[in-house]
Amino acid sequence: MPADILLAASGICKHFGGLAALSDVSISVRRGEIFGLIGPNGAGKTTLFNVLTGLTVPDVGKLTFDGRRIEGLKPHAVAGHGIARTFQNIRLFGSMTTLENVMLGRHLRSNTGVLGAVFRTRAAVAEELAITRRARELLDYCGLAARADDLARDLPYGDQRRLEIARALATDPQLLALDEPAAGMNATETAALKALLERIREDGITLLLIEHDMKLVMGLSHSVAVLDYGEKIAEGEPEAVQRNPRVIEAYLGSGFA
Amino acid sequence: MDIFAQQLINGLVLGSIYALVALGYTMVYGILGLINFAHGDITMIGALVALTILQGLAAAGLPAPVLLVIAGGGAMIVCAALGLSIERVAYRPLRRAPRLAPLITAIGVSILLQYSAALVWGKQYIALPKLLEPSAIDIAGAQLTTLQLAIFLLACAIMAALLWFIKTSRMGRAMRATEQNPDVAGLMGVNTNSVIAFTFVLGSAIGAIAGLMIILYYGIGHYFMGFMLGLKAFTAAVLGGIGNVGGAVLGGLLLGVIESLASGYIGDLSGGVLGSNYRDIFAFLVLVLVLVLRPSGLLGQQNGDRA
Repeated sequence: MPADILLAASGICKHFGGLAALSDVSISVRRGEIFGLIGPNGAGKTTLFNVLTGLTVPDVGKLTFDGRRIEGLKPHAVAGHGIARTFQNIRLFGSMTTLENVMLGRHLRSNTGVLGAVFRTRAAVAEELAITRRARELLDYCGLAARADDLARDLPYGDQRRLEIARALATDPQLLALDEPAAGMNATETAALKALLERIREDGITLLLIEHDMKLVMGLSHSVAVLDYGEKIAEGEPEAVQRNPRVIEAYLGSGFA
Repeated sequence: MDIFAQQLINGLVLGSIYALVALGYTMVYGILGLINFAHGDITMIGALVALTILQGLAAAGLPAPVLLVIAGGGAMIVCAALGLSIERVAYRPLRRAPRLAPLITAIGVSILLQYSAALVWGKQYIALPKLLEPSAIDIAGAQLTTLQLAIFLLACAIMAALLWFIKTSRMGRAMRATEQNPDVAGLMGVNTNSVIAFTFVLGSAIGAIAGLMIILYYGIGHYFMGFMLGLKAFTAAVLGGIGNVGGAVLGGLLLGVIESLASGYIGDLSGGVLGSNYRDIFAFLVLVLVLVLRPSGLLGQQNGDRA
């Protein structure tokens, strides 16, 4: 496992009114690993994702991704640097087809302008073909090829989750941030998801994973960080984190520590 | 002469112009949830710019099609710039404001445009110089002039091109994605600010062509002409289902036909009490009926469908 740091967040604070959603949170994700982010509901995990992807601007704190500072950048610029994400509450473009959703993910890596599209220049046509081809590859990769022409909102739940992953992969990310990808999945779907995530990592993409399914997250992750009430209470290898008394207390209450 | 066929033709031609203007309302509403009440006045500016260009070049002896292309192009450039600036100056700062704020701003922009036009062009009616000698074609006992035919065909071509553009191009995909969820579209690398600006530019440029068609059709222009045209186009957009591009086309054509047929028969129906100068009643009757009976419009999504 290469030891170089792909993403470093340090001293991130975010308040919403009087609520400290994140206070002084630091994590570092190594290139090529699967990094698990866990914690009870309301611990600030999704807020941290929003900060990472430019949807929320942190009050203070530094974000370094692939050697460049990214805090305060707009979402499309963050995506341009190579961070893609999925959402806990699925946010597909419901009235677009499965294929179109993934094609939209290629927006970032293509550049046909309005004039090119109107006059159907050779470059524009070639690019549109390339976008379609890549989108179909990704659907295939995520096991959705058969649903290419269905509207996204008509897909079964597990397929919608995988479509979010396919769409995020279409932006050619270095880091894929997944917010509870297994939520609501049955055991078979979860096993398929686990295989998909391992394959994505083998293909060289670093994964940052929020997940409540402990078996999944502990089985997949190389490192785990635990948030509780907006603070990081533990970070390290899964086995060590599982034995950490503060983590057990946060999950089960003080009587069990 | 067959009144029904004649009014149907007139209605389709007028309706195709309404549809072009309605597209501007519906695209902006779809992407921002904003009713851009200034859109009718942008069309008015386009009409008066085209009129001025035609007046200025009338003596130059150019062939009429060349003149029309210059006038249309000039009007499109002015309106596109106008739409872009209005979005940037008046609406973008209010993007996160309560919905009432941009709506009132839109009415303010509309009044600003009307009286700016009154300053530039004066408050009198301006006549179009005689350019075209349209000949008439006889269809089923009704007259269709070549001008009407040209307006209708051009409007249909523009609408078809727009639908195709939104459906198949990369920019069109970005527009639809921004409409459905701007935050997620941003994460996919869509610069939502430029998509929104582009939507205004596109709607305004199409409005400019509609403005040119209106002055060719009626032969006069006026600083207040955008008001009624805007309201009718808005009605057409609501009728089709505001936010739905196909709906704007359908709503525009339908409204034009309803209005023409009704004004053609109103004299007979009311025993001569009401004449065709009451035609404007029908557009707003349609608006009231749609809002009462089917507020989401003919092709609009029912509320609650946005998950």
